[in-house]
Amino acid sequence: MQIDVTINNKQISLTVDFNEFLADSLRKHGFSSVRKGCDTSCCGLCSVWIDGKPTLSCSVLAFRVAGKNITTIEGVETEAEAFAQILAAEGAEQCGFCSPGFIMTVLALKNEIPNPTEEQIIHYLTGNLCRCTGYMGQLRAVKTYLGVNT
Amino acid sequence: MLIINDLVQPDTIEEAYRILIARKTNSVLGGCAFLRMGSRNIGTAIDLAKLGLNTIKEVDDYIQIGAMTTFRDIECSPLLQQFADGVLSKAVSHVIGIQFRNVVTIGASVYSKYGFSDLLTALLVLETDVELFKGGRISLAEFLDKPNERDILMNIWIKKVDCRAAYQSMRMSASDYPVLNVAVAKTGTDWLVTVGARPRKAIIARHISTALSQKNVNSENVDFFANIACEELVFGTNARGTAQYRQAMCKVLIKRAIKEVLLCK
Repeated sequence: MQIDVTINNKQISLTVDFNEFLADSLRKHGFSSVRKGCDTSCCGLCSVWIDGKPTLSCSVLAFRVAGKNITTIEGVETEAEAFAQILAAEGAEQCGFCSPGFIMTVLALKNEIPNPTEEQIIHYLTGNLCRCTGYMGQLRAVKTYLGVNT
Repeated sequence: MLIINDLVQPDTIEEAYRILIARKTNSVLGGCAFLRMGSRNIGTAIDLAKLGLNTIKEVDDYIQIGAMTTFRDIECSPLLQQFADGVLSKAVSHVIGIQFRNVVTIGASVYSKYGFSDLLTALLVLETDVELFKGGRISLAEFLDKPNERDILMNIWIKKVDCRAAYQSMRMSASDYPVLNVAVAKTGTDWLVTVGARPRKAIIARHISTALSQKNVNSENVDFFANIACEELVFGTNARGTAQYRQAMCKVLIKRAIKEVLLCK
């Protein structure tokens, strides 16, 4: 079936199968920042925003995003780069495979919760797994990026 | 793998039900996050997106939650964060991650009677009804006991009573499936204890609930009550834990939940 969606502020028509998941549709259309890491809906690597909400694109049937706004990291390049610089400076960037999904969740956190506590940051980011780091560097980077002192 | 041969987005619940019962392989879609993990061949998939079943509302003495409401909506709803000490919001808040909770729906979890559900244990400790298109409105406890019939779950109704409640779960690691979960509620002098992820579906622990309602519980004698629950319930073994382990942990979670309720003002 054909669906019309807005991806990174551009109107796009996608042809999708009924049983196709959004992560696959996005990758097919060249949004290769969208990664798949677990096949069990738990790693968060495929995170994109649907109408501003961070969502597992591997678990959303593509037809369901008809008429909605999708944002991938390609659509928030400036903000993503600002955070990526801090992430790298904290030594929390290693293989980089999980970074696009992680960064999309961090940016969503920034939009959703002003001045979060450390507990709120950890709770918000629990759905993003990283197998290289110990998360402490990531946490330092998030706090620095958000200007949180706790 | 998930195979969907045809897809419909009906404008009315009547039409959705007509399509559902037309063929055995037809199925209503929930959030699909669990569906994608297994292998399923669906004839016609029925998407309820056009029926407006994604709201949390106060209707008379009840809180009505539409079947397509996501876990994240339940977690963030100011109404549910306040009601019964936020037991529902707390119960769903450890399910995988935020991105997952923005996908999965209350309707799919309740209708599928998932044994690992965090939500069902918390819903069962409240005065909860399920509203089915064909089966009408029945209590959640009755629904969980009944054999599965083909129907469409439309809404969850929770009676707004002044109650204190607590939710406790045990997980191997944060955001994993629960090894065991427990909810405790106190309405007036009536107590109710529910236990889920045994790994079977959530159940009301009748004996301990009655004992708590008849006798005075305090932090000194809480062990006595917790023991009753462990004796009356049947636990099972799966990859996450043995029956004996669950039984031992159940006592701990029930004690914690009762103590939490005792501290609630």
